[in-house]
Amino acid sequence: MKNFSNKYIFIYSAVLVAVVAVLLSVVAMGLKDKQQANVRNEKMQSLLAAINVDCERDQAPALYKQYFVTELTVNTDGQVVSEYSIADDQMKNGDVRAFDINLKTEQTKEKNGAKGSFPIYCFVKDGKQGIVIPTRGNGLWGPVYSNIALGDDLNTVVGVTFSHESETPGLGAEITTEKFMAPFIGKQILDADGKVVSIAVKKHADPAGLHEVDAISGGTMTSNGVSAMLADDLARYQAFFDSRRTLAAQAADTSSATDPECNLVEEEVSNE
Amino acid sequence: MSNNSKVFLGPLAKNNPITVQILGICSCLAVTAQLKPAVVMALSVTVVVALSNLIISLMRNTIPPRIRIIVQLVVVSALVILVNQVLMAYVYDVSKQLSVYVGLIITNCIVMGRLEAFAMNHKPWESMLDGIGNGLGYGVVLVILGAFRELFGSGSLWGVPVMEKLGMYKIGYENNGLVIMAPMALILVGVIIWIQRSKDKELQEQ
Repeated sequence: MKNFSNKYIFIYSAVLVAVVAVLLSVVAMGLKDKQQANVRNEKMQSLLAAINVDCERDQAPALYKQYFVTELTVNTDGQVVSEYSIADDQMKNGDVRAFDINLKTEQTKEKNGAKGSFPIYCFVKDGKQGIVIPTRGNGLWGPVYSNIALGDDLNTVVGVTFSHESETPGLGAEITTEKFMAPFIGKQILDADGKVVSIAVKKHADPAGLHEVDAISGGTMTSNGVSAMLADDLARYQAFFDSRRTLAAQAADTSSATDPECNLVEEEVSNE
Repeated sequence: MSNNSKVFLGPLAKNNPITVQILGICSCLAVTAQLKPAVVMALSVTVVVALSNLIISLMRNTIPPRIRIIVQLVVVSALVILVNQVLMAYVYDVSKQLSVYVGLIITNCIVMGRLEAFAMNHKPWESMLDGIGNGLGYGVVLVILGAFRELFGSGSLWGVPVMEKLGMYKIGYENNGLVIMAPMALILVGVIIWIQRSKDKELQEQ
């Protein structure tokens, strides 16, 4: 076996590492756009699924533009921090697009006492308006996610999707099945006084109950995780829901044009 | 058999990385719940083993023995990151399913095992054949496991609901949840090893 001097070994490793580093950075930069597009399209696909529009990932951007109107971010005081018009493809207000918000970061901010801003997606489907609220929580093995679509009363669930990263197949992973998701439709997240009570995922849920659905047998930990996720994340929008209600109540004389944030309210206003 | 074809075909049966060399069991348990990720994993591993064998073999006379493991690791990790980036860009769904397991190709014993055992002292062409052979040998087992587990665990093959189409559920058939879990994969690997050894007397230990 050949003998190599220390100098050779040092130079050899330095050159090797440098070459590999350059190669990897070039590839990573070259493919970055495509990878990000994939992630964004998937997010749109999942938002569309929440309003019961099924599509392939490639079609998602077009359909997203067709069904979704506005993206809002609100803080836990109910103030609208930013607004993005999907049709015009530009920010109307603020500078952070709701679509680009990382839920995990915002949740951590909130936990540490800072103010987080949380996304709301306004859609119009079959002439009816509504909003989609994304949530994120902890299952048994890893994060679980959902998108909850609420009807124009900002209360009744019209659609929902769940996803997870590593729940047990056949048990916790069943949250992504139609069997688990279907009962959510028609449930309500607010009680009679307009307080967020969320929807509990529990054993022997009463099918007629407005705030509960059946858990997955054998997937108790995941079911509890979903339950806690909905309760925690929906509660962050309490102030937003309150402010919408007050607006709607006051709006009898105020022109609806003063509220450009979400078409939804204009509609509600004219109904009142 | 010529030397090259022996190098290439050996790992497919007599010297199979999973059933004979007992390498790469971890990832084999993890990705075979369905056929599709199993096939993608097999292909990714084949590409990585073949290329890393080739590259290391080309470099073998320049690599100082004292840092050879580090050099091997750098080459393998670079290749794995490349594979991961390409999967993320072009077959996003699959890359999501494989998620952490792609990263685990680095720790797949087959890769380092073949580099140490073969590529460090063989010519490039031979080494590449050895890499492809080992990758495919690994792939064969993965595909068998994936097909079996998807068919009996989820009642489908490559996402097609075979069992439902055959009307099996109507006559009281149910999917077996245990088949989806990792322990069942280990049992199945055991069964494959058993069958192979009972057929091939050469493999039986005295």
